[in-house]
Amino acid sequence: MEKIGVFVCHCGSNIAATVDVSRVVAAALTEPGVVHAEDYPYMCSEAGQAKIAAAIKEKSLTSLVVCSCSPRMHEETFRAAAKKAGINPYMVEIANIREHCSWIHKDMEEATAKAIVLARAAIQKVHRNVPLFPGESLVTKRALVIGGGIAGIQTALDIADAGYKVDIVEKTPSIGGRMSQLDKTFPTLDCSACILTPKMVDAAAHPNITIYTYSEVEKVSGFVGDFTVEIRKKARFVDANACTGCGVCQEKCPSKKAMSEFNRGLSTRSAIYTPFAQAIPNVPVIDTEACIKMKTGKCGLCQKVCQAGAIHYDQKDEMITEKYGAIIVATGFDVIQLDAYDEYAYSQSKDVITSLELERIMNAAGPTKGHLERLSDGKAPKHIVFIQCVGSRCDDHRGKSYCSKICCMYTAKHAMLIRDKYPDVKVTVFYIDVRTPGKNFDEFYRRAVEEYGVEYIKGQVGKVLPQPDGSLLVRGSDLIDNRQITVEADMVVLAAAIEPEKSVRKLATMLTASIDTNNFLTEAHPKLRPVESPTAGVFLSGVCQGPKDIPETVAQAGAAAVKAIGLLAKDKLLTNPCTAQCNTLLCNGCSTCENVCPYGAISYDDQEVNDHGKRETRRVASVNNALCQGCGACTVACPSGAMDLQGFSNRQLIAEVDAICR
Amino acid sequence: MSIETNWKPKIVAFCCNWCSYAGADLAGSSRLDYPAEVKIIRVPCSCRVNPMFILRAFEKGADGVILCGCHPGDCHYSTGNYYARRRMTLLWSLLDFIGVEKGRTRVEWVSAAEGVKFSTTMNEFVEKIYSLGENVRLGDLRCKN
Amino acid sequence: MKTVDEIREISGVNPYKCMKCGKCSASCPSYAEMDIKPHQFVSYVQRGEIEALTASRSLEKCLSCFACIERCPRSVEPARLIDAARQLVVRRRGETMLSPDEIPALAESDAPPQLLVSAFRRYRR
Repeated sequence: MEKIGVFVCHCGSNIAATVDVSRVVAAALTEPGVVHAEDYPYMCSEAGQAKIAAAIKEKSLTSLVVCSCSPRMHEETFRAAAKKAGINPYMVEIANIREHCSWIHKDMEEATAKAIVLARAAIQKVHRNVPLFPGESLVTKRALVIGGGIAGIQTALDIADAGYKVDIVEKTPSIGGRMSQLDKTFPTLDCSACILTPKMVDAAAHPNITIYTYSEVEKVSGFVGDFTVEIRKKARFVDANACTGCGVCQEKCPSKKAMSEFNRGLSTRSAIYTPFAQAIPNVPVIDTEACIKMKTGKCGLCQKVCQAGAIHYDQKDEMITEKYGAIIVATGFDVIQLDAYDEYAYSQSKDVITSLELERIMNAAGPTKGHLERLSDGKAPKHIVFIQCVGSRCDDHRGKSYCSKICCMYTAKHAMLIRDKYPDVKVTVFYIDVRTPGKNFDEFYRRAVEEYGVEYIKGQVGKVLPQPDGSLLVRGSDLIDNRQITVEADMVVLAAAIEPEKSVRKLATMLTASIDTNNFLTEAHPKLRPVESPTAGVFLSGVCQGPKDIPETVAQAGAAAVKAIGLLAKDKLLTNPCTAQCNTLLCNGCSTCENVCPYGAISYDDQEVNDHGKRETRRVASVNNALCQGCGACTVACPSGAMDLQGFSNRQLIAEVDAICR
Repeated sequence: MSIETNWKPKIVAFCCNWCSYAGADLAGSSRLDYPAEVKIIRVPCSCRVNPMFILRAFEKGADGVILCGCHPGDCHYSTGNYYARRRMTLLWSLLDFIGVEKGRTRVEWVSAAEGVKFSTTMNEFVEKIYSLGENVRLGDLRCKN
Repeated sequence: MKTVDEIREISGVNPYKCMKCGKCSASCPSYAEMDIKPHQFVSYVQRGEIEALTASRSLEKCLSCFACIERCPRSVEPARLIDAARQLVVRRRGETMLSPDEIPALAESDAPPQLLVSAFRRYRR
């Protein structure tokens, strides 16, 4: 007979304010099998855990029910406490009376009644719990970083410095990411390339880091500590080992009309190209859409001029399969498409640009060699208008509901840089709110206003009207003066919202990592586990998790690295014992479960079965506990009811259903 | 209309551990209320929910059962919610055949970030069950005292 | 029902979604003619000052061009509130339904003529 102890937590007033805990205790004591029940202000505290341990000892408890917060929060805590007191940790069940009860109900009567039912369901379930014992699996001491921007580079460097092998997979021809496209960085105004390129070089030179550029993750299988990843190394048509990076091929290439991705389409590049001068690796790729040789078969000039003989038009994509213990996602962001924002005339006028485009224009290696000029006629602008929150904080179908976080600061930076270099240019910023939480951030914004004379107007712009003479009429609100104003500008810069890189959704599916409706990857806990995905062994670095600036990204990259190192430092991991089990007496060997198992964890072999004294050899299913992740698909598919899931068995779940419906 | 004015439906919600249960947690921590009639059972994946459990719930006097899982394509176990979806489609035709109103069972995809959706879904569902009234079709009279 | 709730029900708009960006007023072609500007209209509804709204000149000056509906980033859409205020004026006159025959007579009455324009635009789609 089970001896169950029930422990009801007040969680300060979080639970006790809406649930009458003493009534929950009293109700629990009426349930068969419950020999002990008590309440305590903080069950998770050391004193609370000591109470549990004392009760286990005193009443010889065999299983526990803790009525407290979500099991996602403290299940591990109470399991550990049980283990310490000599009970198998899987003899613990949690009744979630905080998130699912006290926090959502206001009426004490109603919430108490519900808490009693939830406790009852947990008691009925724990009656049917059996001790479970986790197995062990080995950890592959190698990490994969997906994305080669500042987040990925920093994570890789930190892991590599700790002595573990790291591979970076980057889909573009060079590492560097968005940061390599930036001119200056706020709030210090130091040059982006100057602080980024040394890190790129470090990563490339590090003995523990392997960089796969122009490559994409194709398939992921396995689980924490033992992932198997297939990487497609796209054909560059240039032998990376032979290429000396002399650049002659790019000079001689006759096809020079392809849009430069690096310059956001504001300039052109050759068909064989490296995205930018400091690219790592300094090995060009051939753009097959632009290459004359690829399209017509005639040309081959680059091959002729290459002294190293590095160019091979017949190069094929290469597949690499590698094993990893940990995977860090650092896929970063892009700015949103502005097609739906017709009112800002982005597609009508060349002089309406995004901030990232302005970043390229301001950069000495950019399309205008760093000269601030209008893209339509090359003239120097006299009045520039910045529009904030374009697509950010939008509740409609056109934009994003979140704040992109970096725009207020980079706009202040742009405004300041322009006023500094071109004091005659007037700069006006239309804003809704100026958000500058961050070290030295508000001071930076105030400097733009106070020292550089940037005009800030509170109010959104309604329409940008391109005029026949090439100027732009900007009509906006001035909410503080309560008037509608029209200003004549010759350049408009839009702070377009940022969004996660498009490929991240496909990647999340491969990794079975949770992703939210905005395509940001979900963290395991929003406050306490912000760099881990709910999927064990998958970590999050940079903007793929949520909008952030460079210092925050670097900090998070380091945090993700530490979490990954913590995993790689272990030789073995305990596996989840909540796996499927086959009752060989019931199994008829039909293979249905094998077909639904997403992990290939089920196989069939001939086993000797003792069927009520009759020994015979039958073809039955067996589950590989190291592969099984415990989804339970097989348990429902099994026509004979032979498959069951430990920890969530048919008996346990039915007991919960019965207890709730009683 | 029902004469018993104080009748309260019993509603079972099966929530997968990775998305919907976390979504319910988020609804809780965001203090987004939904009726107390809903009681949640945690399962590892929506595909763990045997249609038998749902029939069992009705037999034992449940008035509505809702199954929540990750959005299609986002299943923690890759394909579990697809299995769940097919099984529920089959179950619906069975329930149809038996005469249990379609609105008494529902499948909804709620991600870990959709606390608001979880709450509105539960509010809607409870309202629907109130409009349908007590479930009498599958209730096993022996189970009632 | 309180008039605020009435406005909310007729318009289907939650005025508290407004983040005060002023894009409506920036877009409004009749801005200069209005006594209560589009973005202020939202604040009036939030504060429950419906009497001031129903007496406002803005009811007649709003062209129902729907630029604010198109561009509002928060789906507050002030033109809907303005339209709701107009309907409130009509409802108070005891009229909730119109038959086509009544329109000529009404057109000469003191109902805001923009109500008709707005109604035609709304139901044309």
